[in-house]
Amino acid sequence: MNKSFVIGAGLSVVFLLLALLSFVWTPYDIETLDIPNKLQGLSGSHLLGTDHFGRDILSMIMMGARTSIAVALLAVGIGLLLGVPLGLIAAAKHGSFLDELIMRGNDLVFAFPSLVIAILITAVFGASAINAIIAIGIFNIPVFARLTRAAALPLWERDFVLAARVCGKPPARISIEHILPNITNLMIVQGTIQFSLGILAEAALSYIGLGAQPPTASWGRMLADAQTLVSIAPHTALVPGFTILLMVLGLNLLGDGLRDWIDPKLRLIRT
Amino acid sequence: MKHTIFTASVCALFASIAAAQTDITVAIQLEPPNLDPTGGAAQAIDSVLYSNIFEGLTRFEGDGSVVPGLAQSWVISEDGTVYTFTLREGVTFHDGTTMDADDVKFSLDRARAEDSTNAQKGLFADITDVTVVDPLTVEVKLDGPNGNFPFNMAWGDAVIVAPESIENIASNPVGTGAFVFSDWVQGDRLEMTRNENYWGEAPALESATFRFISDATAAFAAVMAEDVDVFVGFPAPENLPQFEADPRFQVLVGNTEGETILSTNNKMPPFDNVLVRQAVALAIDRQAIIDGAMFGLGTPIGTHFAPHNPDYVDLLTNSPYDPERAKALLAEAGFADGFTTTLKLPPPSYARRGGEIIASQLREIGISAEITNLEWAQWLEEVFKAKDYGLSIVSHTEPMDIGIYANPDYYFQYDNPEFQALMEELNKTTDPAARSALLAQAQTIISEDYVNGYLFELAVATVAKADIQGLWVNQPTAAVDLTGVSWGE
Repeated sequence: MNKSFVIGAGLSVVFLLLALLSFVWTPYDIETLDIPNKLQGLSGSHLLGTDHFGRDILSMIMMGARTSIAVALLAVGIGLLLGVPLGLIAAAKHGSFLDELIMRGNDLVFAFPSLVIAILITAVFGASAINAIIAIGIFNIPVFARLTRAAALPLWERDFVLAARVCGKPPARISIEHILPNITNLMIVQGTIQFSLGILAEAALSYIGLGAQPPTASWGRMLADAQTLVSIAPHTALVPGFTILLMVLGLNLLGDGLRDWIDPKLRLIRT
Repeated sequence: MKHTIFTASVCALFASIAAAQTDITVAIQLEPPNLDPTGGAAQAIDSVLYSNIFEGLTRFEGDGSVVPGLAQSWVISEDGTVYTFTLREGVTFHDGTTMDADDVKFSLDRARAEDSTNAQKGLFADITDVTVVDPLTVEVKLDGPNGNFPFNMAWGDAVIVAPESIENIASNPVGTGAFVFSDWVQGDRLEMTRNENYWGEAPALESATFRFISDATAAFAAVMAEDVDVFVGFPAPENLPQFEADPRFQVLVGNTEGETILSTNNKMPPFDNVLVRQAVALAIDRQAIIDGAMFGLGTPIGTHFAPHNPDYVDLLTNSPYDPERAKALLAEAGFADGFTTTLKLPPPSYARRGGEIIASQLREIGISAEITNLEWAQWLEEVFKAKDYGLSIVSHTEPMDIGIYANPDYYFQYDNPEFQALMEELNKTTDPAARSALLAQAQTIISEDYVNGYLFELAVATVAKADIQGLWVNQPTAAVDLTGVSWGE
């Protein structure tokens, strides 16, 4: 176990638990506004203070964690579900027209800056958490497709695959039974990285008002709301800002740690 | 030699410090889309041009009173249907052409023409004929008496323009005002300089620059860094205490003609039921909205009328905050379990923040209002034109605009023949006491019909350098009148 893995896993688990806890309990109800108590600092009754509507910021962070994790998880899910099969097909039909079609299609999606297209999608179809998930998810497809194809290609040259082919197994079965299990580790590591990018993307979209709509809590919107309050109530901006920072840092460290752990060659080099 | 130049420049430096500054940089939130106040609806056009570049027959003062402008006096016929305006002598447009009765006839005929794009055609609706009597006398015939006519002529939409320069008015405005338009760098600034041939008292300022800053954070930074001298309509009320505490600045908080309302689509079920509208009105805690969205700036209203107007009737008692009764009313209307509707919000913070507060208050009585944030263009398209909305929040900044309730096609879709007849009667009435009574009646009807949720009268905050004098505190119309502005010694 290396240090970055422990720290990363620790941070990620804390936020995951906060999000899970919010389903059963939050310190305050964030749908009820308490305007007379707005912009209070950190105190015993409000651990992280209150925002401009008198809502408890800790409760908002907990509910926001739920939104962030849900959006990022589903976006990674879309990427895995569509990207991995595409990559497997491309690798199995290596050099064919289908391979070209899939990979150039991926290049096409990859060519556009992801956030710009996400803005376009949410602007055309309306701003909502669902559309944010789809917009972020689409950009995970080529990431996973490319990685899958790149990792699968050398496997197709290996003797055990050759043996399977000699036995007459169709390429689809070889892909599922022999190729997929060998690239799962890689997908987990990449999934963690994409997950953290998804959290960032969700925060960015919400910040510009294209993510989850009020009253759904979102870290990005908390930041946006706090923008003019920085000079009078800095905690309203600092708390969600650091939350996003820690969550993304945690996931990146976790991804790093996982990669070192999973790939023995890398581990040998590092130690 | 070097030494002399140095001394000279130091002297020049001190000289310029000693003399009062004669230029000013004014920031407002929105940039005008074009520069034709007689053709465009955007409030920003008037903010920049009204009284500075364009003038009308009459004009608004900072306190809301109407005083003679290009017309130095007028006579009303016995029956109240003919206004004879006597124009000021020796007034010229900025391009050197003279301003005379022909220009007035041209301007009024252009505004009321069939194909006119004037945003307030209603102001000219009762004009039947404009006749030039002699170069300095114009006769305006109305189809009935209208005591409000001089007030109508003071609007930015009724300014006098010249046929010689009308073609390029949208990009090169030529008026009669105290300042001459000099440059407009779109997306950045608009510049104007003093009109040396101005007919009236010459302004103290030699030049003025308007800048457009819509982002609240950027606005705060620009004022703090003294990039701008004045910010009219400062967008973030939460930052005002910081300016008040800073000796470099003064903060002026004034009233506007902006009735901020929870616009309700009166034709869309269930809002076609007055009980539902009343329930919504009773569910709203106005003070929470004023404190939460405006940080205390704003006056609660109970009807669509400005509280500082002498004819205002306090009807707040029609819709006190009473969620229990609101729930009972909803049940009576058949919505005991509440319902779902849309709440479409334009960009200003009163709408975005106010919307979140109102959504939360409506949730208390079981109404689920789904918030959609819209840009202005989308809002105009979806809500104002297509009427595809349940609820919305917007500030109606036109002065004395209760007449919009008589238009069943207006986006509230309020269709009440009784109210429409009342407005017709009001337009025919010139006696001030009778007008007051009719206005009171009109305010009461819309308040008791709960046409919209009446929230608060929008306040306007102006942040300026401490030694600037003569700024308008209130906004009787959208205007940043610089003619009386000067730097103190």
